[in-house]
Amino acid sequence: MIPEIGHFALILALALAACQAVLPMVGAQRNDTTMMSIARSAAYGQFLFIAISFGCLIYAFLHDDFSVLYVASHSQLALPTPYKVSAVWSAHEGSLLMWILILSIWTMAVAHFRGDRPQKLDARVLSVLGMLSVGFLLFALLTSNPFERLIPAALDGGDLNPLLQDPGLAIHPPILYVGYVGFSVAFAFAIAAMISGELDQNWARWTRPWTVIAWSFLTIGIALGSWWAYYELGWGGWWFWDAVENASFMPWLIGTALIHSLAVTESRGLFKSWTLLLAITAFSLSLLGTFLVRSGIIVSVHAFATDPTRGYFILTFLAIVVIGALILYAWRAPALDSSVGFGLLSRETFLLLNNVLLVVATTLVLLGTLAPLIVEMTSGGKISIGAPWFEVAFLVPMIPLVMLLGLGMHTAWRRQNTAPWQKLLRLPAIAAVVVGILLPLLFYGRVGLMLAVGTIAAVWIFFSSLIQPIRSWRRAPGNAGITRSALGMCIAHFGMGLFVLGATIVSAFGIESDRSLSIGESVEVAGLEFELRELRDVTGPNYSAIEGVIEVRRDGEFVTTMRPQKRQYLVQKSWMTEAGIYPRWNKDLFVALGDQLGGGAWSVRIQYKPMIRFIWIGAFVMAMGGLISVTDRRYRRRAIPEPAV
Amino acid sequence: MKPRQQRMLAIGLAALGVAIAAGLSLRAFEENMMFFVDVSDVVAGDYPDERTFRIGGLVVADSVEREEGSLDLRFRVTDMRCELEVSYVGVLPDLFREGQGVVAHGAMGADGVFVADKILAKHDEDYMAPEVAESMAKHVEDKTESLRAGQSECNPQ
Repeated sequence: MIPEIGHFALILALALAACQAVLPMVGAQRNDTTMMSIARSAAYGQFLFIAISFGCLIYAFLHDDFSVLYVASHSQLALPTPYKVSAVWSAHEGSLLMWILILSIWTMAVAHFRGDRPQKLDARVLSVLGMLSVGFLLFALLTSNPFERLIPAALDGGDLNPLLQDPGLAIHPPILYVGYVGFSVAFAFAIAAMISGELDQNWARWTRPWTVIAWSFLTIGIALGSWWAYYELGWGGWWFWDAVENASFMPWLIGTALIHSLAVTESRGLFKSWTLLLAITAFSLSLLGTFLVRSGIIVSVHAFATDPTRGYFILTFLAIVVIGALILYAWRAPALDSSVGFGLLSRETFLLLNNVLLVVATTLVLLGTLAPLIVEMTSGGKISIGAPWFEVAFLVPMIPLVMLLGLGMHTAWRRQNTAPWQKLLRLPAIAAVVVGILLPLLFYGRVGLMLAVGTIAAVWIFFSSLIQPIRSWRRAPGNAGITRSALGMCIAHFGMGLFVLGATIVSAFGIESDRSLSIGESVEVAGLEFELRELRDVTGPNYSAIEGVIEVRRDGEFVTTMRPQKRQYLVQKSWMTEAGIYPRWNKDLFVALGDQLGGGAWSVRIQYKPMIRFIWIGAFVMAMGGLISVTDRRYRRRAIPEPAV
Repeated sequence: MKPRQQRMLAIGLAALGVAIAAGLSLRAFEENMMFFVDVSDVVAGDYPDERTFRIGGLVVADSVEREEGSLDLRFRVTDMRCELEVSYVGVLPDLFREGQGVVAHGAMGADGVFVADKILAKHDEDYMAPEVAESMAKHVEDKTESLRAGQSECNPQ
C-alpha cells in the first residue's frame, strides 16, 4: 500500500510540474498575473508530493518491505537503521528520486525567497525549473521506478554494498546533489533572462547567491567524496582522476568561473553573455556527469549497474537542454551585451584571466575524461588516460590561476593605478617567496622547484587574503569595516590556500609502502616503527572481522596503537578493508591490512601522509567563505510593494 | 580599454590558452594513453613494446602462487582462450579472487610474464569491466571455432 502511495504521489508531482512548466511561462508572455502566480503554489505542491514519495521509500526501507524490488536489492534485515535510510540513495532509482527531491527543494526555496525580484522573472525561472522537473520525473517514472514490486516478496534482502555502509558515504551524495542540482537555478535564471531579453546588474545580484550556495555545497560534496575514498577504499589516495570524480569536478570548475563572472556582471554590468554561457555550461556538465555515472558508458569504480535505456533517456534529455539553451543563446545573447570599457590593469582583467584559465582547465579534464570514448568510437582501440596526464595538464592552467588570484583581489574595478598597487603587494609577495621556500626546508628538510611553486602559491594566497580583513579590523575595531561579501571572498580564497598547501606537501612528502608483517615483527616507515602485536577476531552487527593490532613507536617511544580491520560482511560474503588511521592536524598515519601471505604473515600497506587534512579542511573553508558571502546585506533586499493598478 | 579592444583581448587570451592546452595535452596524451590488449593477442606477441598497457580477464582457478611470507605473487589470467602469466608485488584489492574478473596495468617482462604494477578489481561483486566482458565473449567464440577445426584452443594468429 505505502509504496503505491509513493508511486502515485510521484505521478501527481509530475502533473504539478507540468503545470508549473507551462502556465507561468504563458502568463509571463501575456502579462497575466493570475497565471504567473500559479508558479509558487505549484512549486510548493510539487515539493509536498515528492516529499511524500521520498518518505514512502524511506518507510519501505525502515520496515524491510522486501516486496519492493529496490528495497530487496539494497537492504537487509540486519542492516543498522541509519544505513537503511542511507540505502535509499545507494543506487540508481533511489538516488534519482533524491535528485528530484532536491530539485523541488531548490525550486521551493526560489519561490519562497522572492527578495525584490519582479514577478515576471520569477514566473519564468520557476517555469524553467518546472520543465527540468518534468524531465527528471519522467525519467524516474518511465525507466527507474523505485517502487516496482517484487512478487513473491523476498524473505531477506540482498544487502547494501559494504563499501557504502559508512557515515561519510551516507552524507556524500545528498550534499553533492544539492550542489549539482543547485546549478539548475542559475541555469533557469539564464534562460529566463534570455527569454525576456532583460539582463541588468540586478539580475546578477539575484542569481549570484543561489549560484554561490550551490557551489559551496558542491565543494563540500566533492571533498566528502575524496575523504571517503581516502579512508574507505583502502587506497590512501585523495583524488584519482576517475571519470566520475571528473564528472563532479567539471561543474565545480565552471561553477567557480561562473561565480567570478557573475561578480563582474553584478558590479560592472559586463561579461553578460559570457555569464549566461557559463550558467548553461555548468548545468549541462552536471547533466553530463549524471549521464556518465548512470549509463555505465565509462569504466569507473563508481559506475552504477548498466542499463542502456536509462543512458539513452539522459542523453536525449541532455541534448534537449543543451541544444535548446544554446539556440536560445545564439538568438538572444548578442543583444544583451553592453559596451563599457575597463583598463588593462583592473579587476575586470584579472577576473577575465580567471575565467579563461578555469575554462581551459575544464576543457582539459573533459578531454581526458572523454578521450577513451572518442578513441573507441573512431579507431576501436580501448584506451585509458592515466592520472599522470591529468596532473600535468591540470597544473598548467592552475599555477597561473592561483598566482593571479592574490593580485586580482587587490585590484580596483575599472582602472587601477600602478604605484599604490605595487606598494601594497610588494611586501606580501616577497614574504610569500621567502616563507614558501623556507617552510618545506625547515619542516621537511628538502625543497624542489615544483614543491616551492606550490608552497609559495599557498603562502601568497594566505597573505593576500589576509590584507583586507586585517586592514578593516585595524581601521574600525569592533565595527568591521568589511562587507560580508568581501569577507566571504577572503575566507574562500584562504581555504584555497590551505588546499594548495595540503595537496603540495602530501604529494611531495607522502610515503606509501607495502610490507609483509608477522606477529611480533616490526618494519620502519617514515622514521616510525610499526609492530604487529596481535591479530584478533572481532564481530560487528553484520560482519565479522580480523583486526590487526599495530603499535607505532618513534625512537622506541610509544606513539599510538592502530587497529586496521579486514571485514567479511555476512550476507554478500565480500571482504572489505577498514583502514586504521591515526589523524593529526599536520599528518596522518594510515595502515591497511592486505592478504594472508602464508606462514602467519600478512601484507600491510603503510602510509605517511603529511598535511593531507588541509585538503579537506581547505575545501570546507572555501565553502564556508561562499556561504558567508551570501549573507551580505544587498542580497536581502525586500520588494517595495507595487502600487495597485 | 574600448569594448572592441576588450573583445580582442578576451578572444586573444582564450585562443592562446586553448592553443597551449591543446599543444601540451596532445604531446602528453600519446605518452599517457594506455591500451587495453586482449590476453590472446599478448600471447601471440601482438602488444605495444616498451610501454605499459592493460590486460584483463578471469583469474584462473588454483593459479595463484606466492612464496610464503613474501609480497611476490604470480597468477594466470585467461580470456577464455589463452592464458597469460602475471607477476605482481604488493597488496591486492579486496575483490581479487580466483575465478573473478581482474584488470592489470603493467608491461611485458623478458620471460613472457606480464609484470603488473597495479591490479584493479571493482567495487561490486557483480560488476565486470565492460572491456573484460567483451574480450572474453569474443574469445569464447574463437575458442569454440578452433576446437571445431581440430586445433588447440589457444592458437591466435
